[in-house]
Amino acid sequence: MTTTTLGHKAVSPVAAGDTVAAHIKSRSRPALMWRALRRDKAAVVSIGILVFLTLVAVFAPLLAPYDPLDGDASQRLEGIGTPGHLLGLDGQGRDILSRLIYGGRYSLTVAVLPVLAAAPIALLIGMFAGYFGGRSGNAVMRVLDVLFAFPVVLLAIAIAAVLGPGLSNVMLAIGITMVPYMARVVYTATVQESAKEYVEAARAAGATQAQILRQQLMPNVLSPLVVYGTSLCGLMIVLAAGLSFLGVGVTPPAPDWGVMTSDGRSVLLEGYGHVATIPGLVILVAALAFNLIGDGIRDALDPHKQTS
Amino acid sequence: MTEPLLRVENLQTHFASELGTIKAVDGVSFDIPRGGILGMVGESGSGKSVTGLSILRLLGSRNATIAGGRIMFRGEDLLTKSEAEMRAIRGGSISMVFQNAMTSLDPFFRVGEQLVEVLRLHQGLSKKEAREKALNALELVRIPDPVAKLKSYPHQLSGGQRQRVVVALALACEPDLLIADEPTTALDATVQKQIIELLQEINQELGTAILMVTHDMGVVAHMCRTVAVMYAGRIVEHGDVADVLRTPQHPYTRGLMASVPRLRTEAVGEGHVRQRLYQIGGSAPLPLRLTDGCAFAPRCPEVGPECWEVDPPTVASGAGQEAVCHRRAEEKAALTEVVQHVGA
Amino acid sequence: MAGYLARRAGSMILVLLGVSVLVFLIMQLVPGDPVRTMLGPTATAESIAAVRADLGLDQPLVQQYVSYLGGLLQGDLNTSLTMAQPVAEIVFPKLGNTIILAAGALVICLVIGVPLGVLAATRQYSLFDRGAMFLSLAGASVPVYWAALVVISVFALKLGWLPTSGMYDVREPGGLGDLLRHLVLPAATAAVVPTAVIARLTRSVMVEALQQDHIRMLRANGVPERQIVWKHALRNALPPIVNIVGLQVGYLLGGVIFIEVVFSWPGLGGQLYTSITSNDMPIIQAGVLFIALVFVVVNLIADIVVALLDPRTREAVG
Repeated sequence: MTTTTLGHKAVSPVAAGDTVAAHIKSRSRPALMWRALRRDKAAVVSIGILVFLTLVAVFAPLLAPYDPLDGDASQRLEGIGTPGHLLGLDGQGRDILSRLIYGGRYSLTVAVLPVLAAAPIALLIGMFAGYFGGRSGNAVMRVLDVLFAFPVVLLAIAIAAVLGPGLSNVMLAIGITMVPYMARVVYTATVQESAKEYVEAARAAGATQAQILRQQLMPNVLSPLVVYGTSLCGLMIVLAAGLSFLGVGVTPPAPDWGVMTSDGRSVLLEGYGHVATIPGLVILVAALAFNLIGDGIRDALDPHKQTS
Repeated sequence: MTEPLLRVENLQTHFASELGTIKAVDGVSFDIPRGGILGMVGESGSGKSVTGLSILRLLGSRNATIAGGRIMFRGEDLLTKSEAEMRAIRGGSISMVFQNAMTSLDPFFRVGEQLVEVLRLHQGLSKKEAREKALNALELVRIPDPVAKLKSYPHQLSGGQRQRVVVALALACEPDLLIADEPTTALDATVQKQIIELLQEINQELGTAILMVTHDMGVVAHMCRTVAVMYAGRIVEHGDVADVLRTPQHPYTRGLMASVPRLRTEAVGEGHVRQRLYQIGGSAPLPLRLTDGCAFAPRCPEVGPECWEVDPPTVASGAGQEAVCHRRAEEKAALTEVVQHVGA
Repeated sequence: MAGYLARRAGSMILVLLGVSVLVFLIMQLVPGDPVRTMLGPTATAESIAAVRADLGLDQPLVQQYVSYLGGLLQGDLNTSLTMAQPVAEIVFPKLGNTIILAAGALVICLVIGVPLGVLAATRQYSLFDRGAMFLSLAGASVPVYWAALVVISVFALKLGWLPTSGMYDVREPGGLGDLLRHLVLPAATAAVVPTAVIARLTRSVMVEALQQDHIRMLRANGVPERQIVWKHALRNALPPIVNIVGLQVGYLLGGVIFIEVVFSWPGLGGQLYTSITSNDMPIIQAGVLFIALVFVVVNLIADIVVALLDPRTREAVG
């Protein structure tokens, strides 16, 4: 091809495709995912919000203007914008902003930690049942079927009620509730992936079961689990605070966001809506942020959407 | 000469993409007379399917636009019609059949229901009349046991039967023009032949004109009267099938002809039939057309320096056969010169 | 079809047996002695032992389960520890009230969620689509208990339109009109999350349905877009929608616990909450069991409906 006529229009589509392909190959899967995720504005804002909430919770003692447990009865139930108390005070005269700041320590931990802890267990169960199938795999799935017969919220409440209130018990209840759902996601992905040609090829090339599971299946099964787990964190923030709301979760006077919403319920009918509304709103925002990130990761992993 | 049933003039269909505007159809013109059959051949991506979809304005996707040209059907420009007028034309006077016979019918409705829906829509028939006409349509496509088939769901039919139902659906309202977009690709070879023959019979019986979009030269040879060869969004050669197949002018058409497998009866060696299949090197380009010049130049065995830079001219050879090529233009000019020389 | 029904019913019975085992075992793990709870702190060791023997609590676990299951099958759910009344008499009317609330919420979910998803799918990537999908993701993230409080403070306290509580018995003389007036706010609140989930799923299955080849064929035959969307594409998308609706019933049955507590709705969820607070195990046991039962049956019905909806499986399962 003569170069004189081309000028700046010289980008041949074939050459452009080659460089894109080379670019993609040189990057690892998480790096690629991050590149795609960065273009999703909602996901980036959500990550910002969660990082902010986490940092605030970590540095709570430095940031909170007041003691979250110590109230001033003379100022009880004063509303939003009270001088010195930006978000007002609750029924016991405690500063709502300070309680929110400390509350992240409970509400975020209680939701995220159980999901993280349940993931490896679910991975083990799901991959075992999905890859080996047969009678034992089937038996595992039948046991899970029994757990799916209970609505999630009900199962969590029942387990929490049996274990009794307390931080570690809520986390245990949530973790136990989540394992079957996460295991099912892994199971489905494993069954789908096991049927694909690359697994067949690895088997034909003489890879051991352990190698296939770890090197071939694990990376591909992990993706849906990460997507599901991220959205699950959002759901669990709502559920964990809900358990505290019902009195089977984090125990008062700890400033968990669910406990705070519950505190607000008793004064709501007296016309003091802010005590319950503010912490509930924070729960909503945190949950929405997790869901938006989950959506973003899903789209980032979807090869059909990679270019758009 | 009377006005043709369909006259496409300088059609431009563009797709917006990240790489720029893709001119999937770039200045295509052709006629189809009443009762005629035009074959439109080319590789995937040559713009032949997009041409078919453009006629019915069925491009669908948001980044596709018909950027120019005229589509005159029975003397009226389809590009000036409203969406409601187009709906009356689609399935009414122009129908289309797509390549995926297995999935072109709604799996949730009976064959009869689907036929009746279209018939009532276009002809405002009563349910009873529509059912009768639906039965006629199934008989037309020679489906065995048509009364029972009216009550069948698509999954209960074979692939060939489904394609026949699709053809019946397209012909139910007796259109003047049928656009068949690779109607046989998903089917077995024997079924393919049956469907092609069916289309031919329908063309003869009802006088339905057909635009046959295909990549298969065999199909063209079998059923078409005229043929247009598309490459990278443009028609590079057209003419009567007999002329184009016998004396292809454009290097691309010659390549296509050479790559059609055919069985020779001459025995080679110990009775083996042996022939090397010709292959056109390289692959079809994205019709981005960043520069002037012939789009086929990178793959052309006869390429010369001007092919890279100047759009090739149209050269007529024989009765209505035309090719768009610098080489043929040169040869013709040389010939004319010789003739003049001899004449002088 | 009969064979398919028998198979599904068989596996449902197995699941329900598993559910009963699980409920039975969970209650065995409860710390503390239920009899001591029942008799109060002044009980003597002898009276405790006597009651234990009376309730069969001194027998081996397997035997206890067998007699528990036997009782269940005869409708005997033991006696409440705190209310001195057979559990069945407490649980069944409340279960009815819960089903009324959940059904009301489900109607709202379907009437809003499905059309919203369909409209978003037909306008993919439009402002409407983006807006509706962001709203539904937000809706899916709403804490129900908080939504209930917000609804009460806005609609009942500030605007005074509808009652916040006071539903004591569905069969009270108030009649249907009164029931509906009391039902609106709790049902609408309970519907928020499932509506959002159903809208999102409906959108995604509709987007897929609209890309199918036969939809293109319908367009080529001049069928109007509205008919294509609401008759053909929706019909194709219906099986997965029915499935997700069945699963959302599970969410509703769990979520109504919060709704019943906040709106003082006399249902099973509210009763569970009270019983958890008072550690009344037989009621908790029965309540959890019956909610699971309703959920399992609803999903069985959903599966059967899905099988019937598709002519391909209708034939295969027959």
